[in-house]
Amino acid sequence: MSDQATLSDNDAGMITRVEELGYELKISQVMTTNVVTFSPDMTMLEALNLIQHHRISGAPVTMNGEVVGIVSTEDLIRALRDGRIDRKVSDYMSKNLITAKATDKVVEALRIFAKKNVGRLPILDENNKLVGLLTKGDITNGLLDALQRDYQAEEVKRYRASHLFEDIESDRTSLILRYRIIKDDFLHGGAASNHIKRALLRLGADRQVARRCGIAVYEAEMNLIIHTNNGGFLRVEIEPHKITMEAYDDGPGIDDVEKALTPGFSTASEEVRNKGFGAGMGLVNIRACVDEMTIKTSKESGTNLYMTIYLDKPKN
Amino acid sequence: MKVTEVIAISKGTLLTPDVNLDREIQGGFSGDLMSDVLASVQAEAVLITGLCNPQVVRTALIADVRLIIFARGKKPGEDILNLAIDENLPIAASPLGLYEISGRLTQAGLPSYEMEMNLFPKD
Repeated sequence: MSDQATLSDNDAGMITRVEELGYELKISQVMTTNVVTFSPDMTMLEALNLIQHHRISGAPVTMNGEVVGIVSTEDLIRALRDGRIDRKVSDYMSKNLITAKATDKVVEALRIFAKKNVGRLPILDENNKLVGLLTKGDITNGLLDALQRDYQAEEVKRYRASHLFEDIESDRTSLILRYRIIKDDFLHGGAASNHIKRALLRLGADRQVARRCGIAVYEAEMNLIIHTNNGGFLRVEIEPHKITMEAYDDGPGIDDVEKALTPGFSTASEEVRNKGFGAGMGLVNIRACVDEMTIKTSKESGTNLYMTIYLDKPKN
Repeated sequence: MKVTEVIAISKGTLLTPDVNLDREIQGGFSGDLMSDVLASVQAEAVLITGLCNPQVVRTALIADVRLIIFARGKKPGEDILNLAIDENLPIAASPLGLYEISGRLTQAGLPSYEMEMNLFPKD
C-alpha cells in the first residue's frame, strides 16, 4: 500500500451505508430547527429555568440573530458553585465559538465533534445567522431515519436486481422488456418509460444512463400514442454492455424523416398540443440522448425506431 | 434551496404533505411543453408549469425533477397527486404565473436549470 489516500475497491466495499450517509446528508437535514436561545442580558437563573422547561442541556446565546456565545449545563454549574446564579448569561457563556454551516455535510460535523470537546454546534446559514442546533443525538436520529427510508423495498429490489447479470452464466445474457402502447392513451402515456427507467436503476445502471434511456423511450412512447394508426410496441433489451430500445408500429409511417428531425417541426393536432405534446422535439430529443438512432419507415409496414446506448462510453 | 423555501417564495401550497421534502432543489425550469422539458431540464430542478395532467408527473420522474409547481391557480386532480405521492415527488400549486414565479425564484438566488439549445445545430 503505497498511497494511503487511494481507496481500493476492497476498501470501498467495506464502507458502511452509515458512513456513506454521512457524506450524503446535509446538516440542515438532521439539525434541530426550533432552537431555544438565550439573550446575553438574561440572568443565569432565567437560563436555568428555560433549560429545565425545554429539557435541553444547553443553548446558543444570540443577539439580532447572530450567535455571540453558548451556554451549557457546565456553565450553569459554575455559576451555581460561585453562588452567582443571578449574574448575566454574558458573564458565564462560552465565547469560544465553534459553529458549522447548514449546507455542510454531516461528516463535517462528525469531524468537529471528534476533534473538539463540544456537545452542541450552532448551525449558521450563508449570512451567519443561526438556523439550527446540532447535537450528536440529532446526527444519530438523522442517520437512523435515513437508513430506515433506505431500507425500504426499493433498495432491496435494487440489490437483488443488480446481481442478476452476475448470477447468470451464458455466452451472451440479455434481459428483454416489452410494453404494448395503446393509441391515444394519454392517461397512461409515459408509464412504460417510467417502468423502464426504474428497471434500469434497479439493475444498477448509472443515473445519467437511466435518465437518457428514460427520455428517449418516453418520446418514442408518446410518438406511438400520438402518431400511429393502432399504437405499437416498445422493446428494450438490456445487456451488460449496451441497451437497445426499439419502438415499432404498423403505420402510417413518417412522410419526411428529414423534416421530422428538424427541431420544432410537428404534425401534431391542436388537441395533442393542448396536452403539452407535439412540440416537434421528439426525435430531436431522442437523437440527443442515445448513441445511435436509426429509423426505418414506410406507409405499408409502419415505422421501426432503433435506439442504442453503449454502457462503456459515457455521453456528455 | 429547500423544497419548502421554493414553495414559499412561489406563494405556493404544498399538496402532497406526506412526501419526502428533504431533497435540495438546485435550479429551476419553466415550460408547458413536456418535450421541451425533456430536452433541456437538468436533473434536480423544480419544474414550474401551466400544464396540468399526469404526463407532467411522468415527465418529471424521467427527468429527475425534484418538485413540480402548477402555476396560474391550476389545481391538479387526485390522479395526478396520487401518482406523485406513489413516487415520493412533492407537488405544489401557486396562484402566480410562470414568469412571476420564475422571477421570484431567480431573485432569491435559485439558478436557471434550463440548458441552452443550439439555434443552428450543425450535424
